[in-house]
Amino acid sequence: MDTELILMQLFSGVALGAILVLTALGLSIIFGMLGVVNFAHGALFMVGAYAGLWVASLTGSFWWGLLVAPVMIGLFGMLIEYLLVRPLYGRSIDDPLLLTFGLSYVLVEGVRIVFGSDGIPFPTPSSLTGVVDLGVGFFPIYRIFVVGVVVIVVLLLWLGLEKTRFGLIVRAGARDPTMMRVLGVDISKVWLLVFGLGVGLASLGGVLSGPMRSVNPEMGALVLAEAFVVTVIGGLGSLLGSIIAGLVVGIVISMTALFAPEMATIVMFALMALVLLIRPQGLFGKLA
Amino acid sequence: MTSPAFAAPMPSSVRKPARLKSLVTTYRVPLSIIALCLLPWLLPSKALAVNVLVYGVVAVGYNLLFGYTGLLSFGHAAFVGAGAYITGIAIGQFGVPWYAAVLLGVFGGGLLAFAIGALSTRTRGIYFSMVTLALAQLVYYVALQASSWTGGENGLRGFTVNKINLLGYDVNFLDPVNKYYVLMTFAALALWIVSRILNSPFGAAIEAIRENERRASTCGYNVERTKLLSFTLSGTICALGGTMSALHLAFVPLDSLHYHASGMIVMMTLLGGASSFFGPFVGALVFLVMEDVFSLWTSHWQIIVGSIFVLFVLFLPKGIWGTFLARVMR
Repeated sequence: MDTELILMQLFSGVALGAILVLTALGLSIIFGMLGVVNFAHGALFMVGAYAGLWVASLTGSFWWGLLVAPVMIGLFGMLIEYLLVRPLYGRSIDDPLLLTFGLSYVLVEGVRIVFGSDGIPFPTPSSLTGVVDLGVGFFPIYRIFVVGVVVIVVLLLWLGLEKTRFGLIVRAGARDPTMMRVLGVDISKVWLLVFGLGVGLASLGGVLSGPMRSVNPEMGALVLAEAFVVTVIGGLGSLLGSIIAGLVVGIVISMTALFAPEMATIVMFALMALVLLIRPQGLFGKLA
Repeated sequence: MTSPAFAAPMPSSVRKPARLKSLVTTYRVPLSIIALCLLPWLLPSKALAVNVLVYGVVAVGYNLLFGYTGLLSFGHAAFVGAGAYITGIAIGQFGVPWYAAVLLGVFGGGLLAFAIGALSTRTRGIYFSMVTLALAQLVYYVALQASSWTGGENGLRGFTVNKINLLGYDVNFLDPVNKYYVLMTFAALALWIVSRILNSPFGAAIEAIRENERRASTCGYNVERTKLLSFTLSGTICALGGTMSALHLAFVPLDSLHYHASGMIVMMTLLGGASSFFGPFVGALVFLVMEDVFSLWTSHWQIIVGSIFVLFVLFLPKGIWGTFLARVMR
């Protein structure tokens, strides 16, 4: 087993982890702000991938798909919050979870009706195909691109949350929504935007992962389980936790794929079980 | 619930339905069994009736945890599947007699429920649903990988039970009516056990935890252990449902372990009504009949079922049976 192979596998782990970070961040932001676990997150990831494919084939350019689809699905997410999730605030915390679960059925079946049940190949844009020699080995350009996009998005998100007025309102609203209302902030508008943002992040993950795995209606199921594992390991509601746990899970999965391929699908769950035994609230979570 | 000592005096206008309600509650198991005896003659096919029986048991067992302990598990397909797989492997690969295979399946599924419950009851609130889902997916992928035992993606086959020996008589198990009434005995047993659990002090303890965890803990209940016991019992009943489905289909599909199967159990329970004893059974009946009818029209029946479920969460959270009970027997 030479070091070059290990390095390459390590890097695909980082690329896989970058996608996990996006989906887990979306899940975590929505939970941290609204207290809702979005069970349709995987389905919206899948819808995002299809939307990217659709826009790309309409315009003939991957870049339009990458830009337009997350905004489109993010707006769709806001519609979901406004019409379906909003009536459930104040009821049991299980109710939004159950509703979004039912919604994921509708989304998956809807995509099957429109695009068919079989997987569709998502071509890598021609400017990003091929590999680049970084001195220590050849790395696929597309994966480097994915990692770059995720780094930029995470930086923008961090700047937005820490340095802007809106970010201040979001952070304060996660602590105490009632106090924000007293201060004259229309918190329901903030919730609407945050839900849209979280869904947009999931669908961006969907578009980005399209060229790495084929696009099919069932792809969301695994993504949802992965996002849950990452947020449970990192601590739900903790953004730093989602980022670190996402990268760790990505690297662990691809390293296991190298050394013990039959364990690759199992290892992340084992990791989660281990974290639960040692720190049930997650690595960066606070005790309830 | 049956104890009249705590019944407050009521105005005469409402006394009659109240007495009816207490009668129904007291005799809920015999009444359920009567309904089950009639069921195969009311449904379009006997195979559908057996399916209702299987998922009725699963949903009633699941509701012990969801409706009565207040824990929303998204991983119960693991126990249904474990029961089915263990029964199938025991019969097909080890030649174990069917009744011993059923016992093994129930016991094995219960053991798995204990293990997953021990991990997931360590978490609180919304985490619980996510952790049960993830751990059940772990079971799914293990079954996928261990294909020499489980048949992997193709599912488990090759353990058809043709006839069974009951009290010295050979019963043809391929005959759907015989099959239904044999499996109905298991279902009746499961209903009776769940009813006994709910009437016991333990049943009161889990409801206390559902209503207010901190108060139950202050009253001296060991909340974590009570949750774990409820989880294990609920998983064991679900495993019984799984062994019944293995005997019924002579086939265990891999998808029976997927979290969509867990979600289906949740849907059935909620459609029928999680707040009542028989609601989940009604939910299983309604869900499976819907599936039967809609899948004749379109292969995309899940979009209809999903939409109906969303509408139920929004507008009818008590479910069909729960709403009916609340209307009729106020």
